[in-house]
Amino acid sequence: MKVGLFIPCYIDQFYPQVGIATLQLLEKAGCEVSFPMNQTCCGQPMANSGFAALSKGCDQNFVDNFSGFEYIVAPSGSCVLHIKEHLHGADEEKVNYIRSHIYELTEFLVDVLQLENLEANFPHKVGLHISCHGQRGLHLSSMSELMEPAFSKPEKLLGMVKGLELTKPKRPDECCGFGGTFCVFEEAVSVKMGKDRIAEHAANDVAFITAADTSCLMHLEGILKRNNSTTKTIHIAEILNSSIA
Amino acid sequence: MKLQTHAAAASTFIADEPRTDWHDETLWFVRSKRDKAAHGIAEWEALREWASKIKEHTLSNLDNYLIEFEEKAKANGVTVHWAANGAEHNQIVFDIIRKNNIQKIVKSKSMLTEECGLNEYLHVKGIETVDTDLGERIVQFRNEMPSHIVLPAIHLKKEDVSETFHRHLGTEKGNNDPQYLTEAARQHLRSKFIEAGLAITGVNFAIAETGGFVVCTNEGNADMGAHAAPIHIACMGFEKIIPKAEHLAVFLRLLARSATGQPITTYSSHFSKPGAGQQMHIVIVDNGRSKQLGRTDFRNSLKCIRCAACFNTCPVYRRSGGHSYHTAVSGPIGSILNPNLDMKANADLPFASTLCGSCSNVCPVKIDIHQQLWKWRQVIVSEGYVSAGKKIGMKGMAFVLSKPALYRFSGKAVRSFMSLFPFLFRTKKLNPWYRQRQMPEAPKQSFTDWYKQNKKA
Repeated sequence: MKVGLFIPCYIDQFYPQVGIATLQLLEKAGCEVSFPMNQTCCGQPMANSGFAALSKGCDQNFVDNFSGFEYIVAPSGSCVLHIKEHLHGADEEKVNYIRSHIYELTEFLVDVLQLENLEANFPHKVGLHISCHGQRGLHLSSMSELMEPAFSKPEKLLGMVKGLELTKPKRPDECCGFGGTFCVFEEAVSVKMGKDRIAEHAANDVAFITAADTSCLMHLEGILKRNNSTTKTIHIAEILNSSIA
Repeated sequence: MKLQTHAAAASTFIADEPRTDWHDETLWFVRSKRDKAAHGIAEWEALREWASKIKEHTLSNLDNYLIEFEEKAKANGVTVHWAANGAEHNQIVFDIIRKNNIQKIVKSKSMLTEECGLNEYLHVKGIETVDTDLGERIVQFRNEMPSHIVLPAIHLKKEDVSETFHRHLGTEKGNNDPQYLTEAARQHLRSKFIEAGLAITGVNFAIAETGGFVVCTNEGNADMGAHAAPIHIACMGFEKIIPKAEHLAVFLRLLARSATGQPITTYSSHFSKPGAGQQMHIVIVDNGRSKQLGRTDFRNSLKCIRCAACFNTCPVYRRSGGHSYHTAVSGPIGSILNPNLDMKANADLPFASTLCGSCSNVCPVKIDIHQQLWKWRQVIVSEGYVSAGKKIGMKGMAFVLSKPALYRFSGKAVRSFMSLFPFLFRTKKLNPWYRQRQMPEAPKQSFTDWYKQNKKA
């Protein structure tokens, strides 16, 4: 199975370990993974700020890099959702193929690879943060607002990890407040939302907060570190890729 | 008066953190009640779908249904008025007041009259209007706007109400007992109902096939006003129309459950014709609705039935308070309605959201609120209502991200967020991120560098 690996720009620059874990995890699962070297960004930072019109160059670059793969996989629900909803380009056929064949990592593992077990070991108490775009946009898990049967792709995978004790916050799927440029233009609300999320995980006495989106984790990590908390953030790919030491 | 942006007002609101927590928890409690009520109905999602379809159909045939409604209402003995905007609406109400030489008016909750600024307009003309909804009366005493369309005084605690009533109704200072305070309001309002020569109400649903309309309240104040006073004026935005009486079976089941988690409002009052010796008027208002109907991306915002479920679920609303939205209808729905009324004044509102999507999920008529917030951002930027600094920053970012070599170069040079996202500097003044958050630590190698070194064949 030929997979094009999309590593969002801020993961590339700041959280390379998330990219490495994603790559290794996909390879362990038997995928033939390529990382197109000229990729940059999905264009979401501009579009969510109202400047979708400026993301043409970024879009074209994405199409140039990711055409020809059977699947495209990224460790970010938010960036994947953006591509699915807003990628444009001159070659409509290529654009439509990418839009319908790009997957967030956990949905790819569960839906496409239909993974049933993992050689992973992570003996810690972990709180799961549900990222909004992955959940409400890609439907990675059931939503508390809708009357639908309960399910969760990230939880299914975490359930395969040995030693991991999973906890959930009191409000299971409230936004963390990152919100792209919202985090700086609405700084006060953004931080208050993040603090409130953290407080609910802290009440569960977790060692780690995990999520399928690094952007949420970057925001929560910033707040945790400022307050000298011992709680750490970790991307779900790193947990799923962790092996017995 | 220059209004504060949402971000600035929200920051002031949050400065009182215990109060913010109280506000957040109070509204989350309402959201939880809504969840519980919705779970009690097996066909909840089907009901939402029906409600959405009925409203979509109605919006596509609005001209016919409005004419049908007018004909039926007239045949029932109701006088029907049409207002193109808020000013016309206010003038129509004033003309009825003057013609009948009315001095005292009671009004039950109507967000439309808030939208049109009716109270202020009548005040200037020397006519006092008493809001009879308890929450609205409280904010009226305080000379404030409602901060929520269903719970107008939700930003206030009982201590605030006690202080307000002490000042305006002469209640005992420091007596915060809700029962005592409610009784005081009850006695005060009772005399207003008796004295009133005219009652104004809103409209929740106007039924085309009967010419009747329904007003939902929990306090019965719409009925008290409309039955006691010789003249009843009902004011409605033209999107309140539904085709048939049987459709109430869908909307009444959704409205109160979505709003407060109640199975139904305490009073669902059906009005059809004036009582003997009474007058009944209906004012049908456009005020920008035709324009919104003409905006393909935003027309279905007119499906709104004003339940405020999107307020209660919105993590931003709960932590910033209704007044930070500086408009009559605040919250997520207000943020997609108000740019249509005044794009410049409300350019900040579509950005007062993380686009988390919870609003769209709770909406009983399935308005794609968060998608419309995203689309309004595009419109606002293309119309030029955005700061020059933001525009330059975005252009720079777009340029770098479209040139892979330049992106890698910038990345390597500064491990690179600093140049890509200039707001990420470590000074609290220039960098809002850093005020309450540490910066991510820059690793020596990017993933691309690692890949080149370790994987690339």
